[in-house]
Amino acid sequence: MFDDLSIVTLTLFLPIIGMTILMFMDEEQEGTIKWTAFGFTIATFLSSLLIWVGYDNSVAELQMVQQWNWFTFGEFEVNYYVGVDGLSLLLVILTTFIMPLATLSSFDSGVIKERGRSKLYYMFLLLLEWAMLGVFVVQDLFVFYVFWEISLVPMYFLIGIWGGEERRYASIKFFLYTMAGSLLMLIAILFVGIQAGTFTLPGEAGILAQLDSGAIEFAWNPEARFVSAQSLLFLGFFIAFAIKVPVWPLHSWLPDAHVQAPTAGSVILAGVLLKMGTYGMVRFNLAMFPEASVYFAPAIAVLAVIGIIYGAWVSYAQTDVKKLVAYSSISHLGFVVLGIFALNASGISGGTLQMVNHGISTGGLFLLVGMLYERRHTKALDAFGGVWKLMPVYGGISLVVVLSSMGLPGLNGFVGEFVILLGSYGSQVLGAVFTLFAAAGVILAAIYMLHMYQKVYLGEPTDDEHILAEYTPLNWREIAVMIPILIAVILIGLRPAPFFATMDASVGALVEDKLEVAIDEALNPEEGVAAADLVIEETD
Amino acid sequence: MAQIVPLIILIPALGAFINIFWGSRLKEDQSALVGIFASSGAFIIALLLYFNLLSTNYQEAIINPFFFDSWIRVGAENLEIPWQMRVDTLSVTMMLVITGVGTLIHVYARGYMHGDPLFSRFFAYLNMFLAFMLVLVTGNNLLMLFVGWEGVGLMSYLLIGFWFSKPKGEGYQNANAARKAFIANRVGDFGLLMAMFLSFWTFGTLDFFKPGEVINPNYQTGAAFGGAYGDSYDDHGAEDDHGDEHSAIPGTNFVLTSNLAVEEPVPGEGGEEAHGEEHGTDAAIAANPAFPDNSHLTMEQMGMFGQAERIIAEQEASGEVRMVQFGPFEMRFGVVITIITLFMLLGASGKSAQIPLFVWLPDAMAGPTPVSALIHAATMVTAGVYMMVRSNTFFHYAELTSFIVAIIGMTTALMAGFIAMGQWDIKRVLAYSTVSQLGFMVTAVGVHAYVPAMFHLVTHAFFKALLFLGSGSVIHGVEHGHHHAHEHGHGDDHGHDDHHEDDFDPQDMRNMGGLYTKMPITFFTYLIGTLALAGIYPFAGFWSKDEILADSWVIGVTEGGLKGLSGYLALVVLLVAAGFTAFYMWRQIELVFFGKPRTEAAENAPESSWWMLVPLIVLAFFSLTLGAMNQPGTHRFAIWIEYSALHAHASTFLILLALIALSFGIGGIVLAARIYGRDKGLVDGKDALEANPQTARFFNAANARLWWDDAYFAVFINPFIRAGKFLADRLDWKFLHDDFHDAITHGFQRLGKTLARPVDQGAIDGTVLGIGRLAQWAGGRMRRPQNGYVRTYAVILFSGAILVLIFLLIPLFGN
Amino acid sequence: MLPPSPVEVEAFVILSFVLFVIGTLGVILRKNAILVFMSVELMLNAGNLALVAFARQWSNIDGQLFVFFVMTVAAAEVAVGLALIVAIFRTKHSINIDELHQLEG
Repeated sequence: MFDDLSIVTLTLFLPIIGMTILMFMDEEQEGTIKWTAFGFTIATFLSSLLIWVGYDNSVAELQMVQQWNWFTFGEFEVNYYVGVDGLSLLLVILTTFIMPLATLSSFDSGVIKERGRSKLYYMFLLLLEWAMLGVFVVQDLFVFYVFWEISLVPMYFLIGIWGGEERRYASIKFFLYTMAGSLLMLIAILFVGIQAGTFTLPGEAGILAQLDSGAIEFAWNPEARFVSAQSLLFLGFFIAFAIKVPVWPLHSWLPDAHVQAPTAGSVILAGVLLKMGTYGMVRFNLAMFPEASVYFAPAIAVLAVIGIIYGAWVSYAQTDVKKLVAYSSISHLGFVVLGIFALNASGISGGTLQMVNHGISTGGLFLLVGMLYERRHTKALDAFGGVWKLMPVYGGISLVVVLSSMGLPGLNGFVGEFVILLGSYGSQVLGAVFTLFAAAGVILAAIYMLHMYQKVYLGEPTDDEHILAEYTPLNWREIAVMIPILIAVILIGLRPAPFFATMDASVGALVEDKLEVAIDEALNPEEGVAAADLVIEETD
Repeated sequence: MAQIVPLIILIPALGAFINIFWGSRLKEDQSALVGIFASSGAFIIALLLYFNLLSTNYQEAIINPFFFDSWIRVGAENLEIPWQMRVDTLSVTMMLVITGVGTLIHVYARGYMHGDPLFSRFFAYLNMFLAFMLVLVTGNNLLMLFVGWEGVGLMSYLLIGFWFSKPKGEGYQNANAARKAFIANRVGDFGLLMAMFLSFWTFGTLDFFKPGEVINPNYQTGAAFGGAYGDSYDDHGAEDDHGDEHSAIPGTNFVLTSNLAVEEPVPGEGGEEAHGEEHGTDAAIAANPAFPDNSHLTMEQMGMFGQAERIIAEQEASGEVRMVQFGPFEMRFGVVITIITLFMLLGASGKSAQIPLFVWLPDAMAGPTPVSALIHAATMVTAGVYMMVRSNTFFHYAELTSFIVAIIGMTTALMAGFIAMGQWDIKRVLAYSTVSQLGFMVTAVGVHAYVPAMFHLVTHAFFKALLFLGSGSVIHGVEHGHHHAHEHGHGDDHGHDDHHEDDFDPQDMRNMGGLYTKMPITFFTYLIGTLALAGIYPFAGFWSKDEILADSWVIGVTEGGLKGLSGYLALVVLLVAAGFTAFYMWRQIELVFFGKPRTEAAENAPESSWWMLVPLIVLAFFSLTLGAMNQPGTHRFAIWIEYSALHAHASTFLILLALIALSFGIGGIVLAARIYGRDKGLVDGKDALEANPQTARFFNAANARLWWDDAYFAVFINPFIRAGKFLADRLDWKFLHDDFHDAITHGFQRLGKTLARPVDQGAIDGTVLGIGRLAQWAGGRMRRPQNGYVRTYAVILFSGAILVLIFLLIPLFGN
Repeated sequence: MLPPSPVEVEAFVILSFVLFVIGTLGVILRKNAILVFMSVELMLNAGNLALVAFARQWSNIDGQLFVFFVMTVAAAEVAVGLALIVAIFRTKHSINIDELHQLEG
């Protein structure tokens, strides 16, 4: 059974092995616990790099797959089926990249010292990593759902135990929101599975869209044919993902969760957890329901553009640093969603890269805010000023991350935004108006980010000696956390070609085989049969 | 040879890295040396590239730097944007200006920033700025240009806010100015971004030109072409073949038919033309026999400009209108080009400080003076002009845009010139002057005078840098004088941070006067700069400004419609603006250098150190002589530019127009001298114009900067902030986050409560609790026998055994 | 094969029954733990007697084997039981089983 162990399986299970080992360790040996957890996240990262090394860019299909039957009930099979393709590989690497940093950043965390139970904390981190990796690599709807739900649990506890003042409220809100969405997804998954007889994506479930795009005939109104089964399934998946992303206006759990979560929690939440939603949109919504995607794309893009502008605008008016960064996530992920629903190669590639970029730069911002919080125990914008003068290294690092977040060319954020906007401009289903408004978000990004930077870092430092004493220079560990982020920011900014190359084949296959066919049918309805059910709105 | 071009970016970048990472350990002189070496290293590379171009007969080159060969490449979309650098006459011109002026300013900064605690950081920024600026000008595609474009914006942000922690809120004000600059530029960048999207979906590439493409078919480059100089008119003739409807009438005809009666043709004009024609024809045949133009290339093998040229030529040949498909809708090609250029104009008006985005530049003077000189006068702010000249193909064909460009340029020139007359801050006057001069350049682009635009860009870079550095020298002197006067004998008189303990403003011209004797070298160089800016013969500014005016006139006379209108308008407006220029500059000279010292600080102002004076002298020399590079007759600069810009052409020198322009300049100076001369400039601390009730209104309007900032605050910024607060506090938090969710939660709770009584508590709870109670009751009963007596247990056991026995025996009895 | 017994098997069964009833009554009615214990032994031996009688009746050795087994268990039981009684006596200074009812539920 293990002689054909795929590296993907190995990567997936390393964190859970680590968690098991931690479970048997002594709560008192905090140092050993920390370093063991850190060691396992690093090992997972290295292992995921091996996946990338072995990955063949020219192949569009899943690679390094592994399939075991988990159980069969009746005629339905549930398989442990893992593998990576261009869409998931980058997110796997993002996850394994962020986790060691999040772990390392927790080492001296004041809140863990205060509330204790550090063993449990690191176990949750590893459990979370396992669940997130699972979401990205499994190719079976049922198992996907299992991982999707598991990922809620450790985050719930991370916020609920080690969070801020209103952690109970925030964690429960986070849990309930996501649960509500995923229930719809569960229904959709069950429907797909029952229709197809399997839950495994590369099997018939994956081509369900082609099998069934006919209308459900409602008993009370057989004429209402626009509600096709595909549209309903699409929405079932989409709402679950949209809550996770979050797409405006489903975002109001996010500021609470981000602000209340401990630093590492915010980093993981912003860095990876939100990407599960956008990843799901590409993997399930676009791939399984291309026609419904074409049908809904303009509406979703409108939400995305509203999110871009709304998030940025609201972000500007915040008085809490962490909340400001949290709202900026809404704006950034609006770009990602816009790119995905541009339904062309550059939109999807840019969107996928932007998921990585956002994970790195917003993760970095949360880390930086966390460092400030550890020193000052406040997150109010007005409490700071002149930090760059007091902590020059910190100020310099922050500048790079802030610039990356606002999309300065030459740093990572720009590449993603540019390709997304380019894609949305040339999209067959969207068009210039979307791009025009979305690109205005680039201006707003500069406004709120520089506002934050000026308030916190520039200006004259206070002359209160007690406060000044709190601004201790960064220690080696904090610098070590930030260096990989800086490297990634600059590397992706200057040389994103390898990242695009990784997903080219998969994105190309998705666009050519599914989306373009669906778009053609939608634009030329007399030629297609299935497209008769879809009404495409002209956008201009 | 052109392969060395990546070094021009790497060397300053390396200098910046050294100063960032090791700067704190370096001494001041070491930091400065690193910076100066990096900058002059780049200058040497630029010179090498220049000589290389000369020796290879302007053979342009496209270089892929090592390792960074590809940048954005989305295979599935055919999107390919390489890191690719371009060496041609246009980019080398910019390189020379940037690195040349840059190096001088680095030397100057060694003196000016002496004693600043962040000395090494300053040099790191300056070097980094050079690196980004060079990325901007060397990039071979719009996106690389954009990298540099935003990069210099960033360095501008950092340098304007360099003194971000000055006490008494001044640091915060500096940071405000920096942020304003960045955001105004971002608005422009938004335009450039949109222009790029349109260009990509129109042409499928963002490359300016692709390797192997002939840029200007009339000007063959390469080793085969010997005698380099063809005159511009030959250029026009050849353009006719190319299907260019706008080609000008040959020069001699024009001179004869023009209303501006020129008594005699400019010496050498006719001869030059014949000469040029000969060479031009030779060139077309001899240069590259196989490929005299781009007709052998497919569309995919050409950059966006080449493709545009071909599409336009085809359109004109066939009369068909070409449509461009954008997603769900389509547009005519001409409309596309117009929109692209309008978006580019938005970008340019951000970076080159034109209406409506110019408001950041005057505030940008919060930065140290070398920064104002390098970034906000000589190099960065000209990037918009460079970009438009680079895209001359687009602008040439977009008639409407050109008209708008000209209108915006001339309005800016006039408006900024007017405001400059009412400013007290020595650097602010220069800042508005820069805005005004940039307006001249933009107008030049609008009237299709691409060579004069570049020419003015180059000369302006020198004399405006000179003026800024001179003003820095004055400020430095007054500051030291102030220090000397008030804290005599108090140790170290360096370091800028501790100069602002009181409210003395060393930049206010009211605090100066009579510096002529105190700072003679500064004065003389400043005077040269002023005369150059005012456009006085024979200083550099005279030649470049005159060319813009002449080309405006030419286009007004030769073209009808919008073009002609823009030409006439430009001529009139720019002449007035030139008068303003001379006036406010001479006002400054009078207030700063002449008369009696008005403060102790001015009384005690010492001359600056040689670190600062040497760059002044060098710049003054070039301000005096640079006009020679594009003298009428030879037009060396025009020919040089034409190799990279298809629609560039040398302008005509019109002696009468030159005399008129000169008279405007001298008139401005004379007027200013009469008003401000002999210590009459200040009346009770008021400007002479302000004191005079007839002119007070105008002065106050200029002094209030025509209320641009107030208007922006009222119309954009305050509503933005208010709306932001509303969205964040009311809509998002109060409504969506609290009320909405409370409503849901409460509704849910209420529903829950309604359900709870009968269903949950009655049925479900009843059942569950009932089972529990039953168990309890049963347990109570069952515990009775458990009295702990062994005997009881034994009895029960036996009873049980007997019962079992009976049970077993029942079947027996049954039978 | 053993010769048939001169005594009828019914006699042994009746004796065994009587002994068993005596033992049972002893267990139920006596207060002294030692006597209860002895009564238990009596019941066991009643059972032994029945086993031996039936084994003889059916000429089957199993019953006799079983008797040895019961005797072994009884011996072990005596050892443990007496030890318990001694322990109880040491703490309670009494072996009256009516005074021991800690197991009351």
